[in-house]
Amino acid sequence: MSGPIQIQPDETFILNIGPQHPATHGVLRIKMEMDGEYIVKAETVLGYIHRMHELMGENRTYPQVLPNLSRLDYLGAMGYTHCHVLAIERAAGIEVPERAEYIRVITVELNRIASHLFWFGAFVMDLGGFTPLMYAIQDREYILDALEGITGSRLTYCYHSFGGVANDIDDDFIKATRAIIPMMRKSLKKYEALVTGNIIFRKRLEGIGPISAEMCRKYGATGAVARGSGIDFDVRKNEPYSVYSDFDFDVPVYHECDSLARYMVRMDEMEQSLRIIEQGLDKLPDGPIMPAKKPKLIKPPVGDYYQAVETARGSFGIRLVSDGTKNAYRFKLRSPTYSNMSLFDEACEGMLLMDALAMLGSLDLVIPEIDR
Amino acid sequence: MSLTILNVLAAVVAAIAFAALNAAYLVWAERRGAGRIQRRPGPNVNGPFGLLQPPCDGIKLMTKQLMIPGGADKALFMVAPVLTMIPAIASFVTIPFSNTIVAHSMNVGVLMVIGFASLGGMAILFAGWGSRNKYSVMASVRSVSQAISYEVPLFITALTVVLITGTLNLHEMASIQAGGFWNWNITPSLSSPLMPVSFLIFFICILAETNRAPFDLGEAESELVAGFHTEYGSMGFGLFFMAEYAHIVIGTSLITILFLGGWGCPFGLYPGVWWFLIKIYFLIFSFILIRWTFPRTTIYGLLNLSWKVLIPITLFNLLLTAGLLKVF
Amino acid sequence: MGAYFNDIFSGLWSLCIGLSITFREFFKPVVTVPYPYKTIKMCKRYRGHIELIENEEGKPKCISCGMCQRACPSGCISLASKSVAYEVEVKGEMKTKKKKVLTKYNLDFTTCSLCGLCVTSCNFDAITFSQEYNLVSTRKEDFHFDLLNRLQERNS
Repeated sequence: MSGPIQIQPDETFILNIGPQHPATHGVLRIKMEMDGEYIVKAETVLGYIHRMHELMGENRTYPQVLPNLSRLDYLGAMGYTHCHVLAIERAAGIEVPERAEYIRVITVELNRIASHLFWFGAFVMDLGGFTPLMYAIQDREYILDALEGITGSRLTYCYHSFGGVANDIDDDFIKATRAIIPMMRKSLKKYEALVTGNIIFRKRLEGIGPISAEMCRKYGATGAVARGSGIDFDVRKNEPYSVYSDFDFDVPVYHECDSLARYMVRMDEMEQSLRIIEQGLDKLPDGPIMPAKKPKLIKPPVGDYYQAVETARGSFGIRLVSDGTKNAYRFKLRSPTYSNMSLFDEACEGMLLMDALAMLGSLDLVIPEIDR
Repeated sequence: MSLTILNVLAAVVAAIAFAALNAAYLVWAERRGAGRIQRRPGPNVNGPFGLLQPPCDGIKLMTKQLMIPGGADKALFMVAPVLTMIPAIASFVTIPFSNTIVAHSMNVGVLMVIGFASLGGMAILFAGWGSRNKYSVMASVRSVSQAISYEVPLFITALTVVLITGTLNLHEMASIQAGGFWNWNITPSLSSPLMPVSFLIFFICILAETNRAPFDLGEAESELVAGFHTEYGSMGFGLFFMAEYAHIVIGTSLITILFLGGWGCPFGLYPGVWWFLIKIYFLIFSFILIRWTFPRTTIYGLLNLSWKVLIPITLFNLLLTAGLLKVF
Repeated sequence: MGAYFNDIFSGLWSLCIGLSITFREFFKPVVTVPYPYKTIKMCKRYRGHIELIENEEGKPKCISCGMCQRACPSGCISLASKSVAYEVEVKGEMKTKKKKVLTKYNLDFTTCSLCGLCVTSCNFDAITFSQEYNLVSTRKEDFHFDLLNRLQERNS
């Protein structure tokens, strides 16, 4: 319905969306050249929340950078700290006890569900439905409470540490997590009936915002955006890290390339994350959560290291160049949403404004993560 | 003569009071209802059950400064909120709340109410154009195209009811349906088998006509910030807000009179104004439930629905009813 | 033509399902806590700002080694100490020894990122997280905590 149309070059006007706008969920600015309701050209403008995390990573010692990582993506912070500790453990050659890795995976997956739930709510709110956001937040609250019980924080966790995790999990956490799994399955059914099946919702997303697999490759899009375009890529499966190879889970892939496909990928991912958590709790080995000899001063040997993880938004990577001192020589963060967002300019040309914003929501942008 | 003028004045005052009171407390009801739907209490601090919230909001709105953005068309900007309120109040004059409570029973009641309802679209256009804001202009253009396309099925459906009852007078229309729900226009009869469908279409059209979700394209807060009233603050915004709820009351009253038997009881017992109020508040509750359940439609989805689904069905229904009325 | 009506009916049905869900939620109890009137207890690992721990004598356990200060990424801890001479009896003979005593322990909570690196770096279990979360002010100075002072106030 809203496919690209032929637009006359005259009689266009500039519409400035953001940096403060309800649809951008942060301080993203989009300069749009509009012809009526149709977008002729869009230009995303970044940098409103740039905090120089990469430079901070070069000026601080390795443990001191850890809290920065959870400030990148405040919704799925666990995955980012996980990447940092994995990268430095790989560089410095620190052994991690198996129990600690299992705890890390469980917390990361819980956080992934929490992040997807919030995205789900915010996405439906972008489309004008407010109530699903409240239901999603209510479910997310149980997850945050469980995580708060072991980490002490609700949003910007600093729980993973070099060699293991900060605290061991307790029975309360296991009990809470066991209760979350059936509750989430019930809620997912409710969301399917309330939102996914809704005719208005489907009409707004089906065939809207097509992103071809080719375009994904061109811009380096990963995560649900790529999987919604038929690219079967998940770092957890393709380059297994941590203990993900022990788990049995599927990677949902949809070939429709539209906004609904991206939505469906995330909804299915929540179910897969639940499966991972269930298996993790069953298999959870006993043992220490920190290596016997706690690494005190971390000085990775000279070298060039890269570690990628699958966060809630896509493939996040840290490239670390060490010169053997306690600071990194170069600390590069490869942010998934930066790549996912960069294809918006090309993809939204010729679309209606409201379809373009629906597509923007389906990309699942977290602006502090783009700007770093 | 003087008595008539006094009557009219009293009616206008009563209409304003009713509209304002309803608008204020429907906001409260909407917020409480939305709260319950979302498993939270809603406003509950000011007064018992938060019942003092509307006066507090009113005081806040009235004491704020009225800002006119630079470069705005002052006349249009100022006149738009007033213009949106006038039809809302004027329509109350001809609405019969019960057999006796009606300000002025007119022979062209249906025409007048629907005519006044169309004026609301003009106010939105004025507001959008006058504020000199791109979001507002886009929203007002959307709203106007929406209003135009939904008035067609609205009118055709009303025409079907007029065919059945044989009158344009709202008071007579409700009187004809007295006696019980089997006499109401919504119940399908031999001469009008598709009336439940008509009711549904009329309901959808009223939703669209009052700019309610899922048809609130004029406000579309996730795309157009606040739509046509982006630049309004203070009581300018307050009037738009009140008019929205006044329009809802008018719309639901119209549904009640046209389809649900006005002040008649479903079982023919104790007809009176209370039945009328029960019916309109039930309909308003369903409006609230719909608003807090569904996402917003797109502009083309909305126009498709109107021109490809509603209008063909209403036209077919009109022809069918006309034919059957001739036969039976 | 069949698809046209099928679309309308399945669409209407999906809308009815949605309405039935929200209608059922309408009658369920609320799940929120009316915050200022009712508060919830924080879990025991809750990370508030840091607090000094006292020893049996009511003095801070801190030996002012400065590990927390060095570990802090945002440099929000500043501490000072002075050497105090004290006498101990070693093998029947009095000896003068020197000991560092904490004189100042300030936390600039405005820059703290609650990462907990100070607590994990402390080898003497001298600092912990407080459970306090009702922290609000319009002035920056209100978040410059003198933890030594707070400890004394707690004891008195």
